[in-house]
Amino acid sequence: MENNVVLTARGISMTFPGVKALENVDFTLRKGEIHALMGENGAGKSTLIKCLTGINDFETGEIHIDGVDGPVKNHSTRDAQNVGISTVYQEVNLCPNLSVAENLFIGREPLTAIRTVDRNSYNKRSQKIMDDLGISVDVTQNLENYSLAIQQMVAIARAVDMDCKVLILDEPTSSLDDEEVEKLFKLMRMLKDKGVGIIFVTHFLEQVYAVCDRITVLRNGTLVGEYPIADLPRVKLVAAMMGKDLDDLASIKGESKDLSHEPLEISARGLAHLGTVKPFDLDIHKGEVIGIGGLLGSGRSELARSIYGADRANVGTLKVKDKEVQIHQPIDAMNLGMGMLPDDRKAEGIIEDLTVRENIILALQAKTGTFKRLSSQKQNEIADRYIELLSIKTPSPETLVKQLSGGNQQKVILARWLATNPDFLILDEPTRGIDIGTKTEIQKLILELAEQGKSIVFISSEIMEMVRTCNRMVIMRDGEKVGEVGGDITEQKVMHAIAGGGEEK
Amino acid sequence: MSSKDSSFMKKIKSWPLLLPVVALFLVMAVNILHDAAIGANPLSFFTITLNQTTSSGTILYGRIIDILNRGSEVAILALGMTLVVSSSAGTDISVGSVMSLSASFCCMLLAGYGVANTSELAVPLIVGVLAAFAMGTLCGAFNGTLVAYFGIQPMVATLILFSAARAIGLLLCNNLIVYVRNSAFGAFGAFTGILPTPIIIAAICIAVVALVLKNTSLGMYIQSVGINPKASRIAGLNSKKIIFLTYVICGFFAGVAGLVNSSRITSADSNNIGLYYEMDAILAVALGGNSLGGGKFNLAGSIIGAYTIQAITTTLYALGVSTDQAPVYKAIIVVIIVAIQSAPLKAFFRKRSLKETKEAAKA
Amino acid sequence: MKKFRSMNSNTVLLLITIGLFIIMYAGGCIAYGAKGFTHLQTFLNILITNSGLICVSCGLTVVMLTAGIDISVGSLVAMDCMMLAVGMRNGIGAVEMCAAVLITGIVFGLVQGFLIGYLEIQPFIVTMAGMFFGRGMTAVICTDQVSITQDINAVFYNWANAKIILPFGGYLNNKGKYMAPFIRVEVVIALIVLALIFLMLRYTRFGRALYAIGGSEQSAAMMGLNVKQTKMKAYVLSSVLTSIGGICYCLNTMAGSVQQATGLEMDAISSAVIGGTLLTGGVGNVFGTFIGVLINGTISSIVKTNGKLASSWPNILTAALLFIFIVIQSLFAAMRARKK
Repeated sequence: MENNVVLTARGISMTFPGVKALENVDFTLRKGEIHALMGENGAGKSTLIKCLTGINDFETGEIHIDGVDGPVKNHSTRDAQNVGISTVYQEVNLCPNLSVAENLFIGREPLTAIRTVDRNSYNKRSQKIMDDLGISVDVTQNLENYSLAIQQMVAIARAVDMDCKVLILDEPTSSLDDEEVEKLFKLMRMLKDKGVGIIFVTHFLEQVYAVCDRITVLRNGTLVGEYPIADLPRVKLVAAMMGKDLDDLASIKGESKDLSHEPLEISARGLAHLGTVKPFDLDIHKGEVIGIGGLLGSGRSELARSIYGADRANVGTLKVKDKEVQIHQPIDAMNLGMGMLPDDRKAEGIIEDLTVRENIILALQAKTGTFKRLSSQKQNEIADRYIELLSIKTPSPETLVKQLSGGNQQKVILARWLATNPDFLILDEPTRGIDIGTKTEIQKLILELAEQGKSIVFISSEIMEMVRTCNRMVIMRDGEKVGEVGGDITEQKVMHAIAGGGEEK
Repeated sequence: MSSKDSSFMKKIKSWPLLLPVVALFLVMAVNILHDAAIGANPLSFFTITLNQTTSSGTILYGRIIDILNRGSEVAILALGMTLVVSSSAGTDISVGSVMSLSASFCCMLLAGYGVANTSELAVPLIVGVLAAFAMGTLCGAFNGTLVAYFGIQPMVATLILFSAARAIGLLLCNNLIVYVRNSAFGAFGAFTGILPTPIIIAAICIAVVALVLKNTSLGMYIQSVGINPKASRIAGLNSKKIIFLTYVICGFFAGVAGLVNSSRITSADSNNIGLYYEMDAILAVALGGNSLGGGKFNLAGSIIGAYTIQAITTTLYALGVSTDQAPVYKAIIVVIIVAIQSAPLKAFFRKRSLKETKEAAKA
Repeated sequence: MKKFRSMNSNTVLLLITIGLFIIMYAGGCIAYGAKGFTHLQTFLNILITNSGLICVSCGLTVVMLTAGIDISVGSLVAMDCMMLAVGMRNGIGAVEMCAAVLITGIVFGLVQGFLIGYLEIQPFIVTMAGMFFGRGMTAVICTDQVSITQDINAVFYNWANAKIILPFGGYLNNKGKYMAPFIRVEVVIALIVLALIFLMLRYTRFGRALYAIGGSEQSAAMMGLNVKQTKMKAYVLSSVLTSIGGICYCLNTMAGSVQQATGLEMDAISSAVIGGTLLTGGVGNVFGTFIGVLINGTISSIVKTNGKLASSWPNILTAALLFIFIVIQSLFAAMRARKK
């Protein structure tokens, strides 16, 4: 082991049922460095972190930690803490109902002679810890009284006080404002100077360049590379994360058409779901395919969700087919001819214990009404039609949807929306986690649907997919719509726009 | 050969009615053994005869008829409970008390307030019957509002009526046991032709629910909401409304069960009607192979479960266990069933069988 | 401002509760002053009758802090009373029987705690089974009502009848005789339990772990607390406290019967909730619960003093209060969520 290295992971592999989550990944962390771990959804960032912290049981590979002989295999977060790996997550893993001091010391409180907890002692020690780290709080107050930023810092303070050598910060800044982020960075730099190795996971590029020394990029469960920060400018980083497409399917793109003369399908003015997406204007014409570009967490999903009413928009106006509408919940949007395939297939897409048939007809049935049950014959007809149309691989329509592969589950949800014959369809990461062949099929389908006069919003973390299929692209950054790319869309243009300092300046 | 075997075993293992049917067979076996042991005809459990009685004329008689008869209330309750469990992953523990309140309200109206013993009806019978149903439905709506719209844990929300409903019933009855010794009222708990009326009522309830589930999409909605409320919402379902509705249905059936139970004894005994029935209803659902964690439900399983429980109760009595002691055995059965279903234990067994297959593969 | 607001919905709830108790008690004094409601002894009688409930509610508060619940307590009390009564009738000593009851409590709690903590079964289901088991077991021990008289066990009888005279607050009755206020042994037991649990929750690692688990079970696990074991201990403690409560209850009623203490779990839960313990866990303390018990006691006392109100009123009022507090809690929770 190099003498300034604090953690090495070599050849880590891990599979989830049906998915290769990590394949032969190496990772090295040195003392006193802030090391960004970057990658899009499904790249394997969180899986790797969970392997380090003992939540996941990796199959092959070895992890070494400075000061511990032989390979380390953690079986719980507690094990990980004992060898000096602490993690702070986006959702603060502390108890809001306890005081700051208690959160620092719970489970290891100093005891008095009669084995009661020594409040005075740990209150004093906590105050000192927080003062030393330059965080001004009253440690006897309950944690819930403080902002998320302070709560994050308390979590970090707890980790540091437990003698951690490796501090993993998993998207700690997602819910912080700029000032709070700055405070957090100050703290991170201070810890770095003390020799702590910090793994920093974030999807904000600026933050990576503001504070990190080194970047490791993962994609599709494999290692793309490890780079010193100076060697990897933004555009290159985005390219590394998104990947050049391996397939040569560029031919599926038809000639780019100008559809701005077509009637408006959707027209949003100042629409926003405060807290996740800032007010935006957006026009979508009949037959248009609109891509939304931006990194994970940039607000690309949230923009679509606020139109559909999945997250009810709280300001702004929305016109559908030139009529102003109020959408309180998804069924309202559905009745206006919308449909949405959400990005998190498991949490918001499939109803896993229902059959393929039931999953396909669910939305149509909801639209038709409870008491107008579609006849069994009709249900079977619809199910069979879409199973054939989308070539869904299932033993029978009566198979439980959870028994299908990810790609086929995705097709089932797609079928659910196609069955409702929508005029406007939002597809949020329809191609995530599915094989290349199916991806191509879905892209072709999108073009076909547009040909039929349906308007489509297509969100993907693979830019090339959008470049190939979209008439126009909306670019999102930090919850804000920062521009549009139209006309002749190229990957280069989009990446520049996403990375910032792009063409709108 | 062995692969055929295992696929047959798999089919059996995944049969949804496995648990209730096995339990039912076990109960029957205990009965046969017991009868044989005491020297009676081992098949007397299954014997059904036509008996002449002075009070009800010619009626069917036999242990199975008795179980079907006495199990009616639990079967009716289990219908509603199944839906509640499926949609909200919680149980309605107020059904027993709501039965009592509905019965008290019905009898109070039929007898007139403050009258403790009458054979004359103060209001038409239909008013009393509808009042029982309405009271049950109202209680269900109360529970449903708390669970669906206030987001209170189902068991806690229903705890309120679990405690209050019986007391309100007592208040309605002016702290008396109200006897309505009227044959028209008593008919719900007596005989229609050669069959006990409760069996017919239960059959009607089951048929109605089955028809509704068959002809509307409600069954799918309820399961969908129970499995994944978020995804259901995105797909256009109103999750809250559906959960609310299941509690209303459950309350309604508690009202029906209350009517049947009080008609059986032609009185409203607030303290005792429906006592411990919530336990039986929940047990019926669990025994029916339904997960108490919500989601997919199997109505047939719950119904078989309900009659299995009655069979257990009847058997316990036959074995000489007193009414007061029976809960001990039922409690043990509940614990065994939920423990078998518990995630850590399942994971434990899965790991072990995985290890075994791995070792077998090695060998 | 921030600090003040957070100072906070929980404290506000407790203040409401204390205010409610004072208003209720004052109302009782005004309405039934003539019937002797104003005497200190009325208050002491509330303590005496509810000493068992105090212990049981303390146990319930402990499990509710972990976001759990224990509805087996009522039937466990009945089982304890029956054990005491039948055991002593069969000639076993008072001390031995009390020890037996406590051991039963530990075993009962271990089983429930194991099922909840390690097998992760919903607390409600497990303790409901426990509730039916306890009630049924009471009937298995004996189906008759068994009284504990002086002949059966003089020691226990003496404990039950010992008066501890207070040196103040007496009054002259209408014959001019000085009536000294008194409490009984069970009150002392209950108050000791109350104080111990209060201190335990505040000053021991175990106590703080209970709060942590209720605050966020996942976080507690992440911070290295042994969640499963702590939960199991909580249920053991609940059953043990319930057993102590059972002894107090028995000192009060001097009898065992199958129908005893029905609905006690409801009184205990409502006491804890009214006293500011959140059903979602992590917030509450036994002092609030104690006030909750006093409120329940005052309701019963008023209804009893009135003499004309139906006996089901206390049940209904308690449930109504529970309803109000549960709804308030859920509104507070919604407000807190919105603030975030």
